[in-house]
Amino acid sequence: MNTTRRTLIAGLGAGAATFALPGLIRAQNASAHVVVVGGGFGGATAARYLRRYSPDLKITLVEPSETFVTCPFSNLYLGGLRTWDSITHGYAAHSAEGIGVIHARAEQIDGAAKKVTLSDGTVLDYDRLVLSPGIDIRWGALEGYDEAASDRAPHAWKAGPQTQLLKSQLEAMEDGGTFVMSITDGAFRCPPGPYERASLVAHYLKTNKPKSKILLLDSKETFSKQGLFKQGWEALYGDMIEWISADNDGKVAKVDAGALTVETAFGVTHKADVLNVVPPQKAGWIADRAGVTNDTGWVPVKGNTFESAQVPGIYVVGDATIAAPMPKSGFCANAQGKIAAAAIIADLAGAAPAPASFVNTCYSLVGPEWGISVAGVYYFDGEKLAEREGSGGVSPLEADASFRQAEAVYGAGWYASISADTWGTV
Amino acid sequence: MLPPPQHPTLRGLLAALTFATVAAPGFALAQSTVSEAQILAGPCASCHGPAGQSPGAIPSIAGLTEADLTAKLTAFRDSPPAGTTVMTRHMKGYDDGQIAALAKYFAEVEG
Repeated sequence: MNTTRRTLIAGLGAGAATFALPGLIRAQNASAHVVVVGGGFGGATAARYLRRYSPDLKITLVEPSETFVTCPFSNLYLGGLRTWDSITHGYAAHSAEGIGVIHARAEQIDGAAKKVTLSDGTVLDYDRLVLSPGIDIRWGALEGYDEAASDRAPHAWKAGPQTQLLKSQLEAMEDGGTFVMSITDGAFRCPPGPYERASLVAHYLKTNKPKSKILLLDSKETFSKQGLFKQGWEALYGDMIEWISADNDGKVAKVDAGALTVETAFGVTHKADVLNVVPPQKAGWIADRAGVTNDTGWVPVKGNTFESAQVPGIYVVGDATIAAPMPKSGFCANAQGKIAAAAIIADLAGAAPAPASFVNTCYSLVGPEWGISVAGVYYFDGEKLAEREGSGGVSPLEADASFRQAEAVYGAGWYASISADTWGTV
Repeated sequence: MLPPPQHPTLRGLLAALTFATVAAPGFALAQSTVSEAQILAGPCASCHGPAGQSPGAIPSIAGLTEADLTAKLTAFRDSPPAGTTVMTRHMKGYDDGQIAALAKYFAEVEG
């Protein structure tokens, strides 16, 4: 840093702690090590924004897989609108930016000693940790739905082999078959996801197996973008999709994956040809190991920084966190990753971070040229995360075809941009 | 009614950045702390691309003039032009000071 700039900052920044001693701050950053566990939307973004904000920082990204398949747009893959490769991303950009990338699993995190133990035996010391654990399934929380059952009745709620299994089952299904989806209540990844999936499976079936039916058995009484989805379903798919709410006995109480049947709370049995279970969920298991989850199974965080409310020095981002009113979305995980990165930069400098600001936008495709969206702008109000009054909301119900088409195009644009932002790929 | 500005120091910070960026192009403070403008601009990248340069169907916003950006962002909030989709729902969450900060940031940002 040249003398002119230092003088200028010192002069202009008088009274602002964040501008104090920039030389010292750089030195601290240069000697610090930030480990990021998890290479999805939250972690991969945090790593790159740490680098963007601090060229000298030592950053290590730990992610078991050499590639990451996104849940966003995996429904387009199921519907035949996207290739597998197009929703798969690697970490070349991270490496090129001087971020150490280790393909191993984090097995243990000691928040007091600030150490992460990896599956290959490596122990990493960190000054600050970013944890982006994603979700895990609560196996057995829905009777009959354990890990073995998911081999026959996939959840496909973590993109990967489960998604490919579900697609192969849809392709093998006879025309006239029934695709049944059981949908959990409570907190789960991607609130509009089940309904976009129903939409794009309907697109696939209408195109290839038009006598087939889709039955949605819901543990909830309402759902995300409900009016918009139902409008689109009727317009595009007629009566192919039947949605049964909890108050109409839609809540599934028991799964028999071998028989491909589900039983509702009131004892009605439904037979599926392809059975998809969107099951109860919790924070990814490494969050438990780090001691950052509470009795809900999710992770409480400080809303202005996304530092754990329970373990200092560990910043948790993405679907694993309790961040309502922000939804569990890739967009939010990306936004939270940036906030955590900025908070860490400030914390290493002994400064307070600038106030947090977040956005969410979730596009869903109802059909190839029929997009809808929900958006929100969020901030920390001093006590909790809150939505900016007057902001956000869903696409208008009365919009015309050109509006729906524009949002389908913008959805694809969003995917290209957030992929570039997160992984440096499109 | 929009919430009041959360951060009374914003204008002072922007004033400081004005001079800092004249002295040294780019964000002179980026290596020390992350500015309020950078924080505000963070989520924009998710649709408009890293540093406001879009690889896809959503328009790039980097390098537009500050006046143009201010006018467009304010219009999305107050009187959205025909064809507006999600941007009006976003901009209703930002006050004039925040719009000014975003406009300045994307007018000056370097990829």
